[in-house]
Order: sequence, then structure tokens, then C-alpha cells
Amino acid sequence: MRVSTTTPLQPQTHGEPFRLPFRVVIEPRMNVPRWLSPAVSIGAVILALVIGGVVIQLAGGDPIESYIHIFNAAFGDMGVFSDTLVKATPLILTGLACTLAFRMKLWNIGAEGQFFMGAWGASAVVLAPLLPPTTPRVIMLPAMALAGFACGALWGLVPGFLKARFNVNEIITSLMMNYIATSWTLFWVFGAWSEAGFQMSPTFPKTAWLPRLADYAQQVKAFSGLTIHLGLALGIVAAVVVWFILNRSPWGYEIRLTGDNPRAARYAGINIVRNTVLVMMLSGGLAGLAGMSEISGVVHRLQGAISPGFGFTGIIIAWLAKLNAFGVIIAAILFGGLLLAGREIQPSGVPRMLQGIILFTVIASDVVLRYHIRIVKR
Amino acid sequence: MIDWIIILQAGVASGTVLLFAAIGEILAERSGVMNLGVEGMMLIGAMTAFKTVVMGGDPWLGVLYAMLAAGALSLLHALVTINFQADQVVSGLAINFVGIGLSTVLGEGLSKAGTVSLLPSYTVPLLSQIPLIGPIFFTNQHVLVYVGYVLTPAAWFYINRTRPGLHLRAVGEYPAAADALGINVYLLRYLYVLIGGLLAGLAGATISLAVSPGWFSELTTSGQGWIAIGLVIFAQWDPWRGAAGGYMFGAIRRLILDLQGPEFLFGFRNPFFYTPKLGFFLQMLPYALTILVLVAVSREALRKRLGAPAALGTPYIRGERGI
Repeated sequence: MRVSTTTPLQPQTHGEPFRLPFRVVIEPRMNVPRWLSPAVSIGAVILALVIGGVVIQLAGGDPIESYIHIFNAAFGDMGVFSDTLVKATPLILTGLACTLAFRMKLWNIGAEGQFFMGAWGASAVVLAPLLPPTTPRVIMLPAMALAGFACGALWGLVPGFLKARFNVNEIITSLMMNYIATSWTLFWVFGAWSEAGFQMSPTFPKTAWLPRLADYAQQVKAFSGLTIHLGLALGIVAAVVVWFILNRSPWGYEIRLTGDNPRAARYAGINIVRNTVLVMMLSGGLAGLAGMSEISGVVHRLQGAISPGFGFTGIIIAWLAKLNAFGVIIAAILFGGLLLAGREIQPSGVPRMLQGIILFTVIASDVVLRYHIRIVKR
Repeated sequence: MIDWIIILQAGVASGTVLLFAAIGEILAERSGVMNLGVEGMMLIGAMTAFKTVVMGGDPWLGVLYAMLAAGALSLLHALVTINFQADQVVSGLAINFVGIGLSTVLGEGLSKAGTVSLLPSYTVPLLSQIPLIGPIFFTNQHVLVYVGYVLTPAAWFYINRTRPGLHLRAVGEYPAAADALGINVYLLRYLYVLIGGLLAGLAGATISLAVSPGWFSELTTSGQGWIAIGLVIFAQWDPWRGAAGGYMFGAIRRLILDLQGPEFLFGFRNPFFYTPKLGFFLQMLPYALTILVLVAVSREALRKRLGAPAALGTPYIRGERGI
């Protein structure tokens, strides 16, 4: 945008002209100060909370009480904060999955299905069983993670391959794969892996559980009651890896260039077809790891209700973090708290609605980053 | 035994939902704005319509409110994508989240509502006597099915044979040229995004007041909004193909239900009857089929060099180079 526009905020009337004592000047920004982007994100979240508050008020709730409740139930003390981090763990991984794909402008919105497939794959190791229940932890857990990653990657491969080979819209295919994944999981939960006809599998043996801090309460007193499990470390490592891939590796440069300017990427000789498939697989694999971490660290069995929309929330987290791998961790903790506390608030849809409004204000607020809006005196 | 006439008849009834949503999205995308929020707008529509009736309103008033509510949501999308030039994909996803969340919040307790008055059904005299066509299209269909019969040709005629339709296509194919001719690109895009929203609301009301009455939160639509977006690509942005695809998917939905019923299928023991858990594979069918249809269509599109409206997904900024 080269043309600068000045918008006079006054009606063009004949005769006695009415003039406001100020005018609004909108001009494109040439450079964005570093502090502005995070500041705008925070402002967007606050704005979303205000809008959400109005809706809660209209729906007959008390917004301030709801928010105080959410805050206390999510960040009030070490115990609940630990629970918040547990909720944030799969969100970090799904958020990273979306970040990676979105950086290449590949709209993988199938993280939810990839999450389910990851959970299924990890369960298959225990329940099929691919490994006997007596397998030691150091073999069992990596095997489950590998299986979860592989199944998630497979679920990402399908839309990735169809996009690369036939130019099929990956938004719709990845979303359709979500429904297929949930039905597939339910088929096993209701069928071969059902425990005595219930709609859940038997509990996994202890060797298939990701270790929790609370397991070491005997050695370290402060750990007692803390539910944080090893999945959190997995998520943080994954964030470092994704950050390194995107920001420090040649492959990440290819991904970012393809996302920003596919034509230039093609001229530069970047193999877009191969990268599309690989990025979708890695993205799916990360979401699959989220599924593995959740059932191995929290649920300890396979059942239909293992996700309150972890995959979909990952989309919002990626965007709120401005596609920055470390920003994903912070955004995931925020949303983890919202999910944790949201279970107790009425009406029950409030967290979902707040998520949507936050995404809206975040993308709408981008206009502040692109344009300089000033009010000047005449 | 499976009664094909009944399946096709029910297919037309529930396919009308997809028809409304797909034609609305076709109009919006023809103007260059993709709105992926169809599912969320349909949910808002379905919830608003049902809530209106539960609170004692007339079903038609419910339809009106449903359209207005979904239309209001679509205007948010228009504001963010047309004025603020935000990414249309992300904004559409945001519309979805807001639609799902808002309808769950406002629809609290609606699922327990008792029987309510719904939209009426009619049999058309004479036309219903035509063999095959009569029982499928004109016998005991809810009133919005007939609206669909009128909307499809009307939308086609409007897009392809009228001056405003020409403007619509121009705005979606080459907005800079349209702007140079004095067509208000921003206004028209607002208008067609709004129409898309109104029709998505109508689609939602069709579900909750006619096809499968009631409010079951997210399960009310169970992905039909997304299937409608897939249909738009399948239809290559043509209302007739959109309607045909809608009816086809409607019939498949009904077929899936009916396949699980009888003890014998074509003289064989019905596996879906004896092993109910196989039904999960039947439930995958509409979604898997959407993927297959998209693959088939994109191969066709590559071969015939067909494609989406050229400016689809790109914001128009006056004075900036680009299409």
C-alpha cells in the first residue's frame, strides 16, 4: 500500500459546514515496533473478555463473578495451576501442529482427528496388544509415542497428499478426516477393546502411564498432589524443535517462503509438493503426540470423550501466538486455564464462545499492526 | 426391505438443508469472499429458530429470526475480511467457533423442550401423480423443500442472465476492473456475504423446524455446514449442481439410517443389523464420500481448466496492484 489516505470524519454538507474538532488519519505502517504485536494480542484478549462478559450478562449470568471464578479455578494456587498445565499440555502440541502447517499457509484444521488417531495408535500398542503389559516403561512409552505420532502423521498425510497431488482443498478434507477418526475410535471403543461392554477400554497397565510429579512425592515433598506429567516436557521440547525448524533451518525457510509467497518459492526451485506432504505429516504427527500424551498421561484408557476440542483450540492458539512456537506455550496455558475452569461455569458453552471471540478480536486487531490510526487536532 | 422411493424422498427433504447452505456460499464465493463459517451460522440459525418456537413464536417467525441471526454473524465476517483485510480462512473459522459457542450458550436447556409446532408439509395436487417424480419431489414435503425448487433456478438465472449477476461475477473475478466501471466492490461483497449468511440461517432453521426437529447442540448439524462448503467446490460454483449434490448427500444420510434397520439386505443377512458396531463405518460414509467427490472434481477441474472465482480469498484494496 503506497497511497496514504486521510479520512475526514465529517459529513459533506452544503451551507454552514459542521466540522469536528479533530480528524482521523489512517495510514499504512512502514515498520511495526517490536512491543506492539504482543501488546495488541493482549489487548485483543481483554476486548474479547469484555465482549464475552456482555454475552454472559445477556444470557443471565454474572460476568465478573464468572471471570473471577475462572481465574481462581485456573491459576488460584499451585494445585489448580498444575491442573491447568495438564490441560495445556495437549494444547501446546496441537497449537504447534497448527503453527507449523499455517506457516506454509496449509490449513490443517484436522488436528482434532489427528489427536484421536494418535490416541488410538498409542492405545493399540497397549490394547492390541503390540507389546505385552509387562514391557518396561522405557520401551513402552516411546513405543506408544511413536505409534501415536505415526497414526497422526498418517491422518495428516491423506489431506497433504491430496493437496499436493490433485490440488484438493485441504481445509475440507482435513476436517472430514476428523469425523472419520472419531467414528474409527468409537468402533474400537465399542467393539474389540470394550471393557465388559462399557464404552471404554480397560485401564492401561502402569507401565503405559506417563510419570507424574506426584509419583515422586516421597522424594520431593512439594510434588505431592501435582498432576503435571511428562507430556509437558514433551510439549516444551516439541516447541523448541518447531521453533528451530521454522526459524533456524533451511527447510523452515522454505516453509515460510512458500507460505508468504508461493510464486517466489516455485521460482526458487523449492519442492512444494514434497514440502506439502511432509509438513502435513509432521503437523499431524504433533497432534497425534498430543493424543498419546493425553491418554497416557491423564485418561489412562481409550474412550470416546477424550477431547474437549483440543485440536480446534490448537487453531486459535496458533493464531493468538502469531505462529510463534514459544508464544504457543503461553497461549496454551491461557486456554488450558479456560478449559479447566470452564467445566464448572454455567452455561456450559461459555469457554467455546470465549475462544471464538478471542480468535475474532485477534484477527481483527491485526489492522492496528498494518495501519497507523491517529486522531489529530485540526 | 429398503424402499428407494422413501430414501429419495427423505433425501430431497434433508438435502434442502445443504441446498440452502451451498447456494448461499456459492453467492458469497462468486463475489470473492469465502466464508468457512457456514457450520457455525447454521447452528446459530437452528438454535434461534427452535428457541423462537419454544418460546411460543410462529415457525415462520423462527425462520425469519434464524436468518437474521446468522446474517448478523456473517456481517462480522464481512467487516473483518472486507474492511480489515483479515485472512478469510481464519475469520471463517472464528465465525464457526463463535457460532458453536454462542448457540450452545443461548440454547442451554432447549434440548429438553417438548413438542412444538413445526413447519407444515404439503402434497402438490396433480404434480404428485407423476410416476416416480411425484412421490419423490411433490408428496408430503415440508414447505421449505418447495422454496428450494424455486431458489435453485432463480439463483442460476440471477448469476448468469441478469445485470446484477454480471456485476457479482465481475467483483469475484476481477474486482479492480469492476471498480473502474463504477461498481461498488465493497458494498456488493458485503451484500453477498450477508445473503450467504441469511441462507445458512435458513438452512439451520430447516433442520431444527422440519428435517430433524429439535436442538441437539453441535449434533444438530453434525458437519453439514462443512459438507455444504465441499459441495460448492463439487458444484463448481453452479447452483444446479449444488442442488443436485445436496439431494444426493441427503439421500445418502437417509440410506445410512435405513441400512441399519432390516434383518435381510438383498436376500443376505444384513451385517449392520447383526453387528451394530459396524454402523460406525456407515457413519463415516458422508465424510469419506465428500473427500472422494472433491478428488474427482479437482481432477476434472485440472483437466478442463475450470476453477474458482479468480479473486476468491483475496481482499480488494483500492489502488493496490493485484487482481
